[in-house]
Amino acid sequence: MQPVIEMRGVTKRFVDVIANDKVDLKLFPKEIVGLLGENGAGKTTLMNVLFGYYNLDGGKLLINGGEVTFGSPKDAINHGIAMIHQHFTLVQTQSVLENVMIGMEGSFFLNKKKAREKLLGIEKDFGLNLDPDAIVWTLSIGEQQKLEILKSLYRGAKTLIMDEPTAVLAPTETIELFETLRILVASGHSIIFISHHLQEVMDICDRVIVLRSGKRVAERKVSETSIPELASLMVGRELLERLERGEAKTGNAVLEARNLKVRNNRGIVAVDNLSFTLREGEVLGVAGVSGNGQTALSEMLFGQVKPEDGEIHISGKNIPGGSPSAIIKEGMARIPEDRIKTGLFMDLSVKENMILESHVNEPISKKGLINMKEIRSFAEKCINNFSVKTDGMDAPVKSLSGGNLQKVILARELVGKPKVVVACQPTRGLDVGAMEYVHQAMLDQKTDGAGVLLISDDLDEIFLLSDRIIVMYEGKIIGEVSTNEADRDKIGLWMSGVTS
Amino acid sequence: MISMSIVKRKPLPGWVILVIPVAAVFVTLLITAIPILFAGGNVFKAYGSLFYGALGSKFNLLETFVKASPLILTGLAVAFAFRAKFWNIGAEGQLFAGAIAATWVGIYFTWLPSFLVLPVMIIFGFFAGGLWATIPAFLKTKLKVDDVVTTLLLNYVIFHIMGALLFGPMQMPGSSWPRSASIMDAAFYPMLIARSRFHFGIIVSFVAILVIWFINSKTVFGYQSRGVGINLEAAKFGGINTGMVILKTAIISGGLAGLAGVGEVAAIHHHLMMDVSTGYGYTGIVIAMLGNLHPIGVALAAFFFSVISVGAQTMGRVAGIPTYIVGVIEGVALMTMLIFILLTEYKIRWTKS
Repeated sequence: MQPVIEMRGVTKRFVDVIANDKVDLKLFPKEIVGLLGENGAGKTTLMNVLFGYYNLDGGKLLINGGEVTFGSPKDAINHGIAMIHQHFTLVQTQSVLENVMIGMEGSFFLNKKKAREKLLGIEKDFGLNLDPDAIVWTLSIGEQQKLEILKSLYRGAKTLIMDEPTAVLAPTETIELFETLRILVASGHSIIFISHHLQEVMDICDRVIVLRSGKRVAERKVSETSIPELASLMVGRELLERLERGEAKTGNAVLEARNLKVRNNRGIVAVDNLSFTLREGEVLGVAGVSGNGQTALSEMLFGQVKPEDGEIHISGKNIPGGSPSAIIKEGMARIPEDRIKTGLFMDLSVKENMILESHVNEPISKKGLINMKEIRSFAEKCINNFSVKTDGMDAPVKSLSGGNLQKVILARELVGKPKVVVACQPTRGLDVGAMEYVHQAMLDQKTDGAGVLLISDDLDEIFLLSDRIIVMYEGKIIGEVSTNEADRDKIGLWMSGVTS
Repeated sequence: MISMSIVKRKPLPGWVILVIPVAAVFVTLLITAIPILFAGGNVFKAYGSLFYGALGSKFNLLETFVKASPLILTGLAVAFAFRAKFWNIGAEGQLFAGAIAATWVGIYFTWLPSFLVLPVMIIFGFFAGGLWATIPAFLKTKLKVDDVVTTLLLNYVIFHIMGALLFGPMQMPGSSWPRSASIMDAAFYPMLIARSRFHFGIIVSFVAILVIWFINSKTVFGYQSRGVGINLEAAKFGGINTGMVILKTAIISGGLAGLAGVGEVAAIHHHLMMDVSTGYGYTGIVIAMLGNLHPIGVALAAFFFSVISVGAQTMGRVAGIPTYIVGVIEGVALMTMLIFILLTEYKIRWTKS
């Protein structure tokens, strides 16, 4: 059979890294191929090459047997390829129908009636029911994803690339998505499904291609492989990390959230009447499907957002909400979810990033004047203690790898021996080595007597590090359990909102 | 077909930033040789007379400094604001504010002991410009109104306020022109070198360069202001009061432009009139970009612009090139510099397909 898409020896280089190294991939009609790999393995790059975002540095691209070159995504779309990104590309203030029509108007005058008929036809054929007049921002994340799929189908896509489509979905929404994908395949479409969730790949794919450090390391039929095999192929060694979590020696409460409530920028309640107590010497894991209020919770704890209601207490002291400097003064170590957007000045040097939170304190500065000598010795201490790999403290921080960027933040936050550590998605986007480093650092903090709040989407990470687990669902805590008594299935149910 | 793409490059070593302005000026002169040739001029003669006219004699050199002074101040004003991503396009208006305040002090504060007149005039001029710049700063931080638009439009507002004053309360008695009475002698910037216009304001602009350099590199405020410009969200996260930083930045920026206004009144015209500025505030934007927002860079860029503008007179006489070439050189210099700065972060790659 003729593959709809064939990538032969595809190579893509960035400045000094090979993101894809002679990767082969075939996709046949009516097939779902899983593209599996860790963060940074080159999955997204490979798909961006296929979708025309990047030029090839080597290799060939064939569609239905004929060689093609894509200069831009437009060429890919014209060949029936659609890509559904992790972050949706929708106009939030427009209706479903308008979003579907964008770029497809055809002529100067809109023919909304015809477009609506076509859209409703597609909705019926594929069981994707959305009100064409609904405004996008009122839709749930799952519905927005449906809209993205509808947009692709409206444009006549035969091949869908889905970049980690389940990362933002609740388990029930994932089940719905998988039904849709099965209908699509039955009607002759093909799908490339990018994920690092092994169970999902096993559930939905026909074939799996495993990437590691830019290379294609294996290809398996799902029926002929197992989760442990895929895991070891993906990571490149037999076992996932084995850390000694150690006993929790809990002491006084270091961080208390009391009845916290906040709305997101759409005015919808993101965190609702949420309370917890974190004690010295323990790791408290906050699990949940992403988008259930974890980001809003972290932003309140970090002082970036003022709670609408409720109180935050650090070591028994009530801290005014919405003031990062008040939180910093109490010595909370804060590891933000998005290190590049929130945590770092990418255009400044390593040393200037080290002093972000201490630059107003003596001895780093005195009477409004900064003391370069003190900055240098502080930065040197940070770099040495946390073995940050850099060309020196004067190197621009943007020249560092993702793992070392995170180490810069860890160093800055942890070097002062904090009593309380709040880490939000601390290993997102890191490779295995850096991930282990971060995990060990969290456990070291606990051993040193700090209380660690770990907010993470990654259930494995939660289980690996936490002494206690709370699960967030729709802004509330739906359940709490000690890790030793925790049952993964039950936590999975909690994550999807089922309590009984 | 050959297609072009722009890709990120590895960070370049620090010294490159020093070479770039020099290279940009060189390339600019190469490019502007083309219109000079078209105008029938001899390129060597033209550039020779240009530089001779600006630097060749003591008088010419001093005149170049005179011309550079307001450009340094407005250039610093814009650069200081831009560094914090406060997009101050309003240096022209802040200059007017400073000039109005200086004239007001210079005409009406006759009761002041004469040794206090200049300091008071400078302080009033600084804060008039600074306060005028706080309006867009408040609008930006409190209401999220775009600062490019507000700073630009406020230029017209203050221009017409100035017009109303000059046709009204500040008009010189007996005059039908929009000009004020002359300021008192004690309000004149002293001339520091005999038989030249090398005045005290030039010292003011040199001090301003040092002060801004000091603020940028040695103070907590300089760090915070740069942080706010680079990543507002990270600055907030780090506990920096970003609204206050933007406000202070606006005051300093507007104040510097205000000082340019003070200088034009106190050293050059000795009264206020509608064309007290020949677009110094706008030229300041170009100079700030050309100087890569660094105070030393701004000083050099202002000097370069001044050289061209002063030298063009001589070039016009000697080589017969119209002085309009000044505008061409300024424009090309900015474009070249922007492209060079772009090329420090990105490189162009040609691909055959």
